[in-house]
Amino acid sequence: MDSATSDPPATPERAPLARTTDNGLKIVIVGGFGVGKTTMVQSVSDIRPLNTEETMTLAGRGIDDRSAVPGKTATTVAFDFGRISLDERTVLYLFGAPGQERFWFLWDRLFSGSLGAIVLVDHRRLADSWYAIDRLEHHGTPFIVARNDFGGPPYTRAEVRDALDLDPHVPLVDCDARARESSKGVLIALVEHLQRLATGTAATAPTAPETAT
Amino acid sequence: MTRAGRDDDPDRLYTLTGGRSRPASDEFDLVTLVVTECEPTPGMQSEHAAILRICRTPTAVVELSADLGLPVGITKILLSDLLAAGRITARHPRYAPPRTPGGVRFADPETLEKVLVGLRDL
Ligand SMILES: Nc1nc2c(ncn2[C@@H]2O[C@H](COP(=O)(O)OP(=O)(O)OP(=O)(O)O)[C@@H](O)[C@H]2O)c(=O)[nH]1
Ligand SMILES: [Mg+2]
Repeated sequence: MDSATSDPPATPERAPLARTTDNGLKIVIVGGFGVGKTTMVQSVSDIRPLNTEETMTLAGRGIDDRSAVPGKTATTVAFDFGRISLDERTVLYLFGAPGQERFWFLWDRLFSGSLGAIVLVDHRRLADSWYAIDRLEHHGTPFIVARNDFGGPPYTRAEVRDALDLDPHVPLVDCDARARESSKGVLIALVEHLQRLATGTAATAPTAPETAT
Repeated sequence: MTRAGRDDDPDRLYTLTGGRSRPASDEFDLVTLVVTECEPTPGMQSEHAAILRICRTPTAVVELSADLGLPVGITKILLSDLLAAGRITARHPRYAPPRTPGGVRFADPETLEKVLVGLRDL
């Protein structure tokens, strides 16, 4: 796009946003190591996922948080992200956030103002997402759970819900993060859930089909 | 992938921002869209010039950070300078859900409908 200058850092070689774009929205995809976060971002993003990092101070945090990283006053977290242009004014950013326990309070700060979150789980390693679910509930960030299909024993959805101790109103959907349509379905399931919350109709079990394939 | 900022020693990052390590205020969100208002001038700090080139089309803070290979916080400090000098404008996210203590944060229905329509059209 910009061939006149070649000074580093170079102008990025990816589709620019429309000049009229003026509103950025955020959705966070959180999950344990290797659960498919980057894959999901990639399968729906308009651009190849990018990554960057943020240094977060630990000052002013509670005792629990500080004890997670004794003797440190700052830590660096790296994350990747993609984006989807929704219309001429609106762009949705998708952030892939590692869900490992001790840094979760940083993620919450970094991604404050998100529409909601997708908790990506591998049913062979459900315990990996307990902490993330706990934090999301604590901070009042709406979320759904998406079970990524890695094969393995066929646990029922009820068993997964039980293992995660999910509230009855929190949707659990199945997906294959490698498939664009499936990942798109997960995003739609989240936004439909947000709509039910916004209109106060989420008190009972979700009416949406519990699959995103 | 080369990461200009990632492996740099902290001194260089410190120098880049004139010794500041935190922005004056939380002026910028990760998804604040930055737009260039005037072209780079000769002799300008190279990171400032790079930002002005990249933001000829609206570019989110987080994308800029990835492009520059600099942490988000450092990127925000550089942006504060440019904003104060009137060289960029910032389009802040219009949707910032209120956080009620212990309660769920609701997005407004119009925003959600817009997102849903956009996603279904993908
Ligand atoms: N079978 C199967 N494999 C998947 C699926 N989604 C992702 N994978 C694979 O799982 C591996 C890890 O996926 P990533 O997207 O890198 O996972 P991640 O959560 O970003 O991993 P980290 O960032 O390292 O924590 C890759 O080899 C993917 O191809 C899925 O739905 N089914
Ligand atoms: Mg990843």
